[in-house]
Amino acid sequence: MAKVLMKGNEALAEAAIQAGCRHYFGYPITPQNEVTAYMAKRMPEVGGVFLQAESEVSAINMVYGAGGAGARVLITSSSPGISLMQEGISYIAGAEVPCVIANIMRGGPGLGGIQPSQSDYFQATKGGGHGDYKLIVLAPSTIQEMAELVQQAFHIADKYRNPVMILGDGMLGQMMEPVDFDILKKEENKIEEKPWATTGKGTRNKRNIINSLELDPQILEKHNIEIFKKYQKAAKEEVRYEMTNCEEAEIILVAYGTIARVAKNAIEIAKRENIKVGLIRPISLWPFPEEPFKKTKDHVKAYLTIEMSMGQMIEDVKIAVNGQKEVYFYGRVGGMVPEPMAILEEIKKIRGKK
Amino acid sequence: MTVVFQKTKGLTDTPFHYCPGCTHGIVHRLVAETMEELGVLDKAIGVAPVGCAVFAYEYFNCDMQEAAHGRAPAVATGIKRVHPDKIVFTYQGDGDLAAIGTAETVHAAARGENITVIFINNAIYGMTGGQMAPTSLIGQETLTTPYGRKPETNGYPIKMCEMLSTLEGAAYIERVSVYDVKHVLNAKKAIKNAFKAQINKKGFSMIEVLSSCPTNWGMSPNEALKWIKDKMEQYYPLGVYKNTLEEEK
Repeated sequence: MAKVLMKGNEALAEAAIQAGCRHYFGYPITPQNEVTAYMAKRMPEVGGVFLQAESEVSAINMVYGAGGAGARVLITSSSPGISLMQEGISYIAGAEVPCVIANIMRGGPGLGGIQPSQSDYFQATKGGGHGDYKLIVLAPSTIQEMAELVQQAFHIADKYRNPVMILGDGMLGQMMEPVDFDILKKEENKIEEKPWATTGKGTRNKRNIINSLELDPQILEKHNIEIFKKYQKAAKEEVRYEMTNCEEAEIILVAYGTIARVAKNAIEIAKRENIKVGLIRPISLWPFPEEPFKKTKDHVKAYLTIEMSMGQMIEDVKIAVNGQKEVYFYGRVGGMVPEPMAILEEIKKIRGKK
Repeated sequence: MTVVFQKTKGLTDTPFHYCPGCTHGIVHRLVAETMEELGVLDKAIGVAPVGCAVFAYEYFNCDMQEAAHGRAPAVATGIKRVHPDKIVFTYQGDGDLAAIGTAETVHAAARGENITVIFINNAIYGMTGGQMAPTSLIGQETLTTPYGRKPETNGYPIKMCEMLSTLEGAAYIERVSVYDVKHVLNAKKAIKNAFKAQINKKGFSMIEVLSSCPTNWGMSPNEALKWIKDKMEQYYPLGVYKNTLEEEK
């Protein structure tokens, strides 16, 4: 298959199908509606199930049922919809059921707007639902990468028996770019047996029970510790990031998703003015990559975090930098997108500081 | 020696945690016997609720998944769409099914989701200690209606069978009770019909069982059974509300 021109939302849907996902449950919300439309059309063609639920609350619980029953299952939504799903996400994580959740973020809080945003970073990486749990969160910055990360997400979800979130924004969902599906890692699409799934007892000796209830505090504590061991393993093995022009940079930008692309433009403009600027682009937001900060902290003057939020990822950047260098922030919100020249201005301001 | 009666294979050996005089135990046995008799235990997948029956997954001898408050029909939908030829059922109380999970219940029925719902209506929240349920009767005293349920402040009890039977997707809807042997036998027949509706891929089936809660009603087990008959049955008439199985005959 040659490269095809696709919207980000469509590439997300097609990549899931190619990863063996045959069950999609969702509820329409802008700006990710192309996913539901695409799935409604494509799923019957591949013998899959598309079901439009009555609400996001129901949809995520359908995902819980289907994932528990052993299927590769996808759910997509946008910010207010993801908020409604938090109950189900906590249960899914607690019951150790794999699934892939995509949040194509829009502005908030509340009903907010329908323009792109990154203001759900805390919700995605720090919890959102109740209890001690983690999502593995992947943030693509191109549509090609969206397709690749969706496929990896299914593999990672099965590997850890945990929900994996694709965190994109409305811009990535709505823009069109060429996508090559042939270069995707096919071995990750191989679905391994799930002997723990509720498939009906059949000839099995033991019943399979999928559950997150433990009334005995000692057993619940043990369960919490067990799932955190899993997260510690993920924290080692699932770190993903990209570094651009960091070797000699005096200022390093930190940005994820589509804004990392704007940051790259700012770097090019800065280069023309003989200002050496680099970029650290976290691809996995949880686990958050700390190595690139360790590698660069000796030669850089400061870090500048750029987000479409009031400043959320900056907290993880500060933890990674651990007080050894200054960390600055520039962000736009409400659906506004930071512009390269504005980023350059911020860089100049930092350079001017003693 | 001839065995005249033995415990159903549909239940595990785990002792029930239910209060003395509670009818959950009877209904568990009816559901379990039904699955055994229909030969579907090996392909059954149950969904346990939140509430008194939260440990149902410990009792039914089949694969089980535990759902969040009210979400059992959605979880069951997900399971059934993955395994359309397996038998999927939920077991839910009135708070679970008729309050927090109303949307999930109504829409699973509207979709004609081919699952079976066992609905335990005891007109009160049991596990949380006796608060008003959506099905609590007018005048009924509960922790949260200490002066009796008043329509002007608490609204009216919901009649789920009547409501769901208006939906095209509902295949079999019946309200039964278990306050005496005759009614227990009839409840068994109803539960069997509900599972048969699913086996025949007719769509959504629900059996509402008027049940007792001696502990939270503050009654003896006997008084509680009498209260179902004298009070609950007046507001919630027993009977078949929808039956698409009959059309086959």
